[in-house]
This record gives sequence, C-alpha cells and structure tokens, in this order.
Amino acid sequence: MSEIQYRVAKNVKDAVALMAKSKGKGYVLAGGTDLLVQMKSGAREPGLIVDVKKIPEMVSITEKNGAFTIGAATPAAVLGEHKKFRKTWPGVLEAINLIGSTQVQGRASAGGNLCNASPAADSVPALVAAGCIANIVGPKGKRSVPVEKFNSGPGKTTLKPGEILVSLTLPKRGKDASDAYLRLIPRTEMDIAVVGVGVSLSMKGDTVKDARVGLGAVAPTVLLVDKAAKALIGSKLDDAALEAAAAACSEACKPIDDKRGTIKYRTKIAGVLLKRAALIARDRINGIEHRGHR
Amino acid sequence: MPDGGSQSTSKYKWIGTRPDRPDGADKVTGRARFGADFNLPGQLIGKVLRSPHPHAIIKSIDTSKAEALPGVKAVVTANDFPEQPNMIVPTGEMQVNLRDITRNIMAREKALYEGHPVAAVAAVSEQVARQALRLIKVDYKVLPHVIDVAEAMKPGAPVLHDTMITEGVNPPPTKASNIAKRIEFNKGDTKAGFAEAEVVIEENFTTQAVHQGYIEPHAALASAAEDGQVEVWSTTQGHFQVRGFCAKLLNLDTSQIRVTPTEIGGGFGGKTVVYLEPLAIRLSQKSGKPVKMTMTREEVFRASGPAPGGNVKVKIGAKKDGRIVAAECIVEMQAGAFPGSPVGPACMCSYACYDIDNMHIVGFDVVSNRPKVAAYRAPGAPISAWAVESAMDMLAQKLGMDPIDLRLKNAAKKGTKTAYGVTFNTIGMVETLEAVKNSAHYKTPPKPGYARGVAAGFWFNVGADSSAAAHVGEDGSVTVISGNPDIGGSRASLALMAAEELGVDYDKVRPVIADTASIGFNFVTGGSRVTFATGLAVVNSVRDMIRELKVRAAKIWNVDPEAVIWENGMAKPAGSNVGEFEPLTLAQLAAQAGRTGGPINGHAQLNVTGAGPGFGVHVCDLAVDHDTGCVTIGRYTAAQDVGTAIHPSYVEGQLQGGAVQGIGWALNEEYIYNAKGKLDNPGFLDYRMPVASDLPMIETILIEVPNPTHPYGVRGVGEVPIVPPTAAVGNAIARATGVRMTDLPMSPPRLSEALDAAAPRMAAD
Ligand SMILES: Cc1cc2nc3c(=O)[nH]c(=O)nc-3n(C[C@H](O)[C@H](O)[C@H](O)COP(=O)(O)OP(=O)(O)OC[C@H]3O[C@@H](n4cnc5c(N)ncnc54)[C@H](O)[C@@H]3O)c2cc1C
Repeated sequence: MSEIQYRVAKNVKDAVALMAKSKGKGYVLAGGTDLLVQMKSGAREPGLIVDVKKIPEMVSITEKNGAFTIGAATPAAVLGEHKKFRKTWPGVLEAINLIGSTQVQGRASAGGNLCNASPAADSVPALVAAGCIANIVGPKGKRSVPVEKFNSGPGKTTLKPGEILVSLTLPKRGKDASDAYLRLIPRTEMDIAVVGVGVSLSMKGDTVKDARVGLGAVAPTVLLVDKAAKALIGSKLDDAALEAAAAACSEACKPIDDKRGTIKYRTKIAGVLLKRAALIARDRINGIEHRGHR
Repeated sequence: MPDGGSQSTSKYKWIGTRPDRPDGADKVTGRARFGADFNLPGQLIGKVLRSPHPHAIIKSIDTSKAEALPGVKAVVTANDFPEQPNMIVPTGEMQVNLRDITRNIMAREKALYEGHPVAAVAAVSEQVARQALRLIKVDYKVLPHVIDVAEAMKPGAPVLHDTMITEGVNPPPTKASNIAKRIEFNKGDTKAGFAEAEVVIEENFTTQAVHQGYIEPHAALASAAEDGQVEVWSTTQGHFQVRGFCAKLLNLDTSQIRVTPTEIGGGFGGKTVVYLEPLAIRLSQKSGKPVKMTMTREEVFRASGPAPGGNVKVKIGAKKDGRIVAAECIVEMQAGAFPGSPVGPACMCSYACYDIDNMHIVGFDVVSNRPKVAAYRAPGAPISAWAVESAMDMLAQKLGMDPIDLRLKNAAKKGTKTAYGVTFNTIGMVETLEAVKNSAHYKTPPKPGYARGVAAGFWFNVGADSSAAAHVGEDGSVTVISGNPDIGGSRASLALMAAEELGVDYDKVRPVIADTASIGFNFVTGGSRVTFATGLAVVNSVRDMIRELKVRAAKIWNVDPEAVIWENGMAKPAGSNVGEFEPLTLAQLAAQAGRTGGPINGHAQLNVTGAGPGFGVHVCDLAVDHDTGCVTIGRYTAAQDVGTAIHPSYVEGQLQGGAVQGIGWALNEEYIYNAKGKLDNPGFLDYRMPVASDLPMIETILIEVPNPTHPYGVRGVGEVPIVPPTAAVGNAIARATGVRMTDLPMSPPRLSEALDAAAPRMAAD
C-alpha cells in the first residue's frame, strides 16, 4: 500500500504547481463522486490528491456580457439554484442535475463529469450542444478547447501533465434560443445513460436558425453531430427534417454491444431521443415547460 | 385507505394493531448492530481468493509465499476441511449435500464457477490480507465451461461432475451428465384431457438468474478458543443452521459452537446457507485469534447463491367456457455448480392455484458453471408462475374472458387435490380473486395510455421446528425468547401474540432473539414460518407460563389450581363457589414468586405442521414507450389471503416488498455472463433493481381467511407476493402492445426489439 497525500489548493497556481510536481500520481479532487468510488474499487491509486474546492473561481458562477462561466468544481446543486442560468440553459442544467441523486448533487460537478471522461457522462452532450469551451490552466499557462475536443477516449482527457480544468464557458445566448437533454436509462434514476442526446436550438419565427447536437454513450467520446444539426437548420422541425436528423445521429453512432445495450438498440435510441430533445428545445423557446428524463 | 385496511375482527385487543416494532428505534437511530458491526480485541481480517475461471481443474496451490508475508497469521485451502459424505440435509426450503457444501465453501478438485473460493487468509489488516491473496499461486487447468441450462443439457456439453448420473430416470443413464435429477408429477389422464380441449395454449418461456439483492453483504466473526470452544457472530437467517453446518464441516460437536445472530439487513432466503462462517472458524483455529470476514458486493453477486433462471414449456387445454381440462408444464432449472435447484417447488406450485383434473408436470435439475443457487422468496415458484400465468392470460385473451373470471372458473378451493397429491383444507384463492374483482383498482379502468395485467400465485408456507420461552420479571414485565432472526418484523408479531395471550400490554413484553446456546433448536427464518410456527411456540410457552401462574395463585388462595382462571392479565377464581378472592395481577404474582415456588417461566418446543398455504392475485397498470421499450408502472395492487394479519403494517410490507422484487425480476434484473463465463454485472449499477422513483405506491388488499390449524389463524405471508408480479407485468405489456413477451427480463432493449420485430406483422393485421 502506498501513501496518499492530501493537499488543499488555495488558488489555481497552487493547484497547478502541486499537480506538476506529482509526476502523474496527482489527481484533482472536485466532488469526489467518481474519484473516491474509483479509489475504493482500486481502479485509481493516487499518490497525491489536490482538493480544488477552496479555490473561489473554481466553485463559482459568473456572467459576463451574457456568457456564463462555471467553476469546474461547482456542485451541481449550487448551479441548480442559479435562476438566470436555469432560464438560459435549461438543457445544460437538466443534464447536470440528472447526475446521481440529491446526495450526489451536493458534491458532483460538471468539471468532474467532463474530466472523468466517461463516454456516458450526462452533462457532456448538453455542454457540447451548447458550444461550451473548456478553460484549462497548466505550467505553460492558459488555453481553451471546445468541450467535444477535451477527451480522447474512455477515461482519457487531453490534459497535459500539470494541467487542470478551471472553468467552463457557455457563449452568449440570443433570444429565441433554448436547449434540452434526454438520456435513456432502464430505470428512472441512479443509472448510467445507454444513450444521451443534447440539442441546442435558436429559432427565427418557426424556422431553426442555428442548431448543435451532442451525442453521448455511443462512441469512445461524446460526439458533436454536425450532420444532424445541418438537417435541422433551416427546417420548421417537420417530420422529414427530424427523421433526417435522427438518421444522422444513428449514423454517427459507433457503439459497443455490452451489458447496457446492444448496438442496434443504442443506434435506434439515438435517433428517438434526438427527435424528442429537439421538440422539447423548441417548446421551451415557445415558453412551454418540460420536465422528464426520456 | 379504501383497499389498504385489513378487515381484522375486533375480537382481539392487540392482534391486528400496528404498534412500533421493538427493534425499530435502534434501526432508525443506527444503534442496531448488523453483521459487520461486530469486532473483538485482537481480531484478524480474513479474505478469500476466488477462481477467475468458470471451470478449471486445480492442479496445485502454493501458499508458501503468502504464509511468509509478515502479518499473515493463517492460510487455508480445501485441505483444511475434512471430506464429507454424500448426504442430503435440509437447509431452509432447499436441500444440500454435505459433500457439495464443503466443495462450495472451498473448491477441491475443480473450480466450478467464477468466484469459487480456492483459498482464504487471515492477516493483521485487510491490506495485508489482500496482498497475501496475490501471493498465492494456483495452477489451474482451464476447462471449457457451460453457463446456459439448455446448453448444459445437450450431449457433448462440458460435464461439471463426472460421477453425476441423472436421478429419477428409469433405467438410469450410463453416462454422467449435467442433469442431476428428473422429477414428475401426474394427476388424471392428460392425454384424454387434451383430447377434450376446445382451445389449447402452448408456449415456451425463459427466466434469468436473479439475486435477492439484500443490502447487507455476508459477514461473520469467529473466535475459536484453545479448548476447542467456538463463538460465531453472523448475519444469517438461521444461526442453528450455521452451527449445524459448521459442526459437520469442521468435525465439531454442535455444543462446541455458539452462534449469535446479528441484526440482519435482508436475506430473502439467501442467508440460509454458509459461506464465510466455516472459513472464519478454521482460520481462527489455525491462527488462535478471532477472525472477521465480510464480502464485498461484488463477492456477494459472484459467489453467493442467486435464484435460478429456468426454461418452462407450458400447455393448457380448456373448454370454450374457460374450464381447464388438461395442463402440462416442463421446467428445466439452473442449480448452479451443484445439484439442488428449487425445481421441485416450481413444479408443485405451477398449477396449485387451480382445480384441474388432468396434469402432467416434469422438472429437471441442471448444473452449470454458475454459483450454487440459494433460496429466494418462494424458491422456484415465480419461474413456473411466469409461464403458467402468462399462458392463463393468453387463454383469457383467446376466449375473450375477463382474466379474473377465468381464474375464478378454475380456482382451487377446500377439497381441491393438487398435482403433488395434497388436498387443500380451508384456503382463500376464491376470496382473493373476488376481493380483487370488487376492488376500487379493478373497477376503475386503466388511465389513458395504460393497460392492465393480472396474475395469481401460490406458496405452501412452512412449519417445522421451533422453541420458545417466556420469563416474567419480578415486576411483572415479560421477556419472550425465541431463536429466529427477525427479518420482516417478526419480533413485533411474536410480542403481539404474547400480549394477547397473557392479557398484558404490548409494551410490557420484550421479545429477544437468543443465541444457539440460550434457547432450544429453531429451524431457519424461512418458508414464511416464523410468525406461524415460532408464533405458535411463543403462544404455547405463554400458556405454559399461565398454567404456572394459576398454580401460584391457587397456592396463595389455598385452592385447587383448576379453580383458577386467567383473564385480562389476572388470576381470578373460576366461580363464586371457589371463594371470594381479589384477582391477582401478573405483577402481584411475580412479586411473590419467591415465596410460592420460585421463578415463573414457560417453555415450548414443537414440530409444527399445518402451515396454511397462501394465494395472491396482483393487478398491474402500466404504459409502454413504444419507441424505447421503457415501461412505466402506473398503479399496482397486491391482494393476498394472509390468514390473520397479526401486525397489518408488516404484512402489507411483505406484500409490497415481494411485489417490488417481482417487478424488478420482470423488468430489468438478470445475471449477465460474458463469453468467457464471467459475470458482467456484479454491482447495483448494472444489476438493476427498481429504485423508489420507478414505482407507484404498491396498494395492498389483505384477505383474512384464518388458518384453522393456528390459534390466531396465522398463515405465512412473505413469499406468495413475489410469485405473481412477473406475469402481471408481462400480461399488462401484452395488452398494452399486442406483443407477448416470453423471456425475462422485459428490459427496454429486449422489449424494443420485440416491438420492432412485431411491427410488420401488426401492420399487416
Ligand atoms: C451514486 C452515483 C450516481 C451517479 N450518477 C451519475 C449520473 O447519473 N450521470 C453521470 O454522468 N455521472 C454519474 N455519476 C458519476 C459522477 O457523480 C459524475 O461524473 C460527477 O459529475 C463527477 O464530478 P465530481 O465533482 O464528483 O468529480 P471527481 O470525482 O472529483 O472527479 C472526477 C475525475 O475528474 C478529475 N478532475 C475533477 N476535476 C478536475 C479538474 N478541475 N481538472 C482536472 N481533473 C479533474 C478527478 O481527478 C477525477 O479523475 C454518479 C456517481 C455516483 C457515486
């Protein structure tokens, strides 16, 4: 058994320095709802744990010129209480608030969800659809990448040694825009997505002006599905457009057959959820409220 | 509560009331001590090395490096346990062979399933114990494996036990196979019956292995002393069985082993066998220190006994008016790595709800490279019920009959002779069906988008051996001592019966569960027997105490004991001719006990027969998402003939819990093996039991048809409610979608695939 060091970082610089010194043995601790579980099962054996929850900018939500920046370790429950965020990004929020249970929500963060690099992470397809940017700081300074480029495979991020994710920035939202996230799980909660779909729309009248589609749990990383977005853009979300977008989602799937679902099932559901999520996003633009998980 | 109330008669003061359970406060405050809460000074931690292969010859085991590791105090393998005779002993509702149990707790010649123990270590810490496991070198010769029952039955399948010749076949086969046993039940002339039939339903059904899913993993602490005495603390449904098995497996006298049952976090039948206890004792004997062992959840899934899956072939023939004239059922059931699946009860229960003249039922007990199955609520019955009750629904659909009316037309009643030869005494199948028919739920049509399924179920319930004692303290308060771990609220029920019998307040009766050295033998908490059989022992022990109390009053009054009666907690003269005496209360008699003959106790020991069988009928309203195959249960009612509901809340709890476990079995739960023969979902994330948000409140209807053989009319209630749900759910799905599901679980991917496959056919219709 090796020893584990636990350090509380006071600021980002501190955290980066600690991580850089740890020679790959360091793990950032946000909510710990993945990390602690993985340590218990023996899947991760950190030599150093760097707790970032005492770094103000990593646990707060700020708004500047209409763009929201969420500290990477902000607990999901805190985000859920932010009224303006809820109104602006209902889809991103519902994805983050789907993680785990009330207890898990008190700790789990969107940053942790992204950095854990599970293809089935719930918040990530919604963040991808939202056009979210990941803000990274490392020994060599700052850089930013779109969320869909952040991970390289199951359990693998593109973070370089010493780098940490500091925050997530969601772009300014025009009016007549909204989003939605749907996942399929066999149960109603406490489960892992078989497929997750995030759709972000902006409309002009009854026509789709812009769209982005994020697709989770059907490939090694969460996908941005341009072809599905293209099928929606310019349409009135009529059946033909929805079918075309659904087909694009199904086509984009590179899933595996496993205990959680067959290739056939996942491929089909990706299309089903795309259609439903797009319609929910439009309803929201039209002021119709929606709650639900499938 | 229109449907939820019990119809309890008011002839009792305590029975039928709902006081807090005696163990309730400790359980909600966290004070209750469960298996893993027990520790002893100087204890070691024991860990098990398990086979990574589903089927392999163990050529050799080298433990020398592990033994040399500092902090390791003992290592055991099969060599540390004596060979056992080929002898069947009962355990709960199942039977086990001693020769097999010793091989199940520690593999000998072969590892027969992934997770099969091959060695165990005791060390100063869990870390050292784990490290020691990595140092044990096992030389395996990996063999081809077989997981599926149908595959295991084929000629040419890998054979697990090369001496196993199928029992029950005449002439006996000459070659070993994986079929341990064939059983058959017949009544009447099935051929003639089918010849008479105007409608015939024939279908094949399958179910997968499921786990009981108790929240508390197995845990045991053992301390073996230098003089050979052994103490054990264990989370178990039967500490007398733990004692008995450990004595046999370790060549000890039962009196040398004292087992104390801890509070138990669920069992459902799965804690009627031993896994850790004999290992902990042996490690303690070898190390001279107490040894504590707990399983991880993964170990629980991989290596404790799930309930089997099975293949069931059903054929039912009926007249156009719904009268069933012939029925057939063939059950092939997983036993796990060793013989002894509950295929017997599965066969016996299959048509027990119905009065049918001609029946032919066959069962096969089949081994494969899976953990040995254990009991799970009404072992075997849900598997045949899934098939029979689905087929009954198909029959109702074909005849255009209401599913309750079809069942009423064929319902078993007093005097009905079952396929297994027993003739029913007073039973409540008809009453239960009628109660459902008249219920608010059944009278209200399903909500738009929802469809309704109905299914019935049967279980025998069990009596068997029980001992109990009642002691009165010097202030007149009472201790009732029994020997059955309390899983479902039995302490409350025993205290209620004692209070009723004695005429004292429930609060004055403290029920205690004694260890194996402090009360006479008790058969396991299983078979829904405790409130019934141990309840009877408690009633008799209280009666024994009352007899003594009357003797004491007679002594004080200087009259004949026959001239004293016991009423409302007091001794009174039987009549005015006895003399004028103020009644003596229990407290007054207790205070004078020293002067009237010493302590006042009562005892009873019984072999209880006459368990009253139970019948349940469930109604399920659900909606199907046709695009995803996801099912939403909207309303669910469980009705059951419960005898007398001693504590109605805990009876309702049994019905609700059974229904929920059955719904999980129907929709998502299954053991998933990969091509390498390894379990792919040994955790609650991918072994999907229902969560609270998956379910509506389960409504209950208690039908009280008292069991004539029990003083308070008790029937077992804990097992029947898991029998009907799978078919209630499947029948509702069939009516919602037009698609008949024949394989469990009806998970979203499977249901979606079935709906897609049926779409062209349905479009054509
Ligand atoms: C009971 C339960 C239910 C769950 N249900 C869901 C669910 O429904 N959907 C879902 O998607 N997930 C679920 N999860 C998984 C988990 O809760 C989420 O992934 C959560 O978002 C992780 O956030 P966290 O803050 O707890 O991350 P942590 O556990 O703190 O971190 C996760 C990983 O990311 C790394 N990390 C964290 N922050 C940073 C950073 N700023 N920079 C670099 N690396 C970092 C950590 O080192 C670690 O490897 C569940 C977990 C549990 C225990």
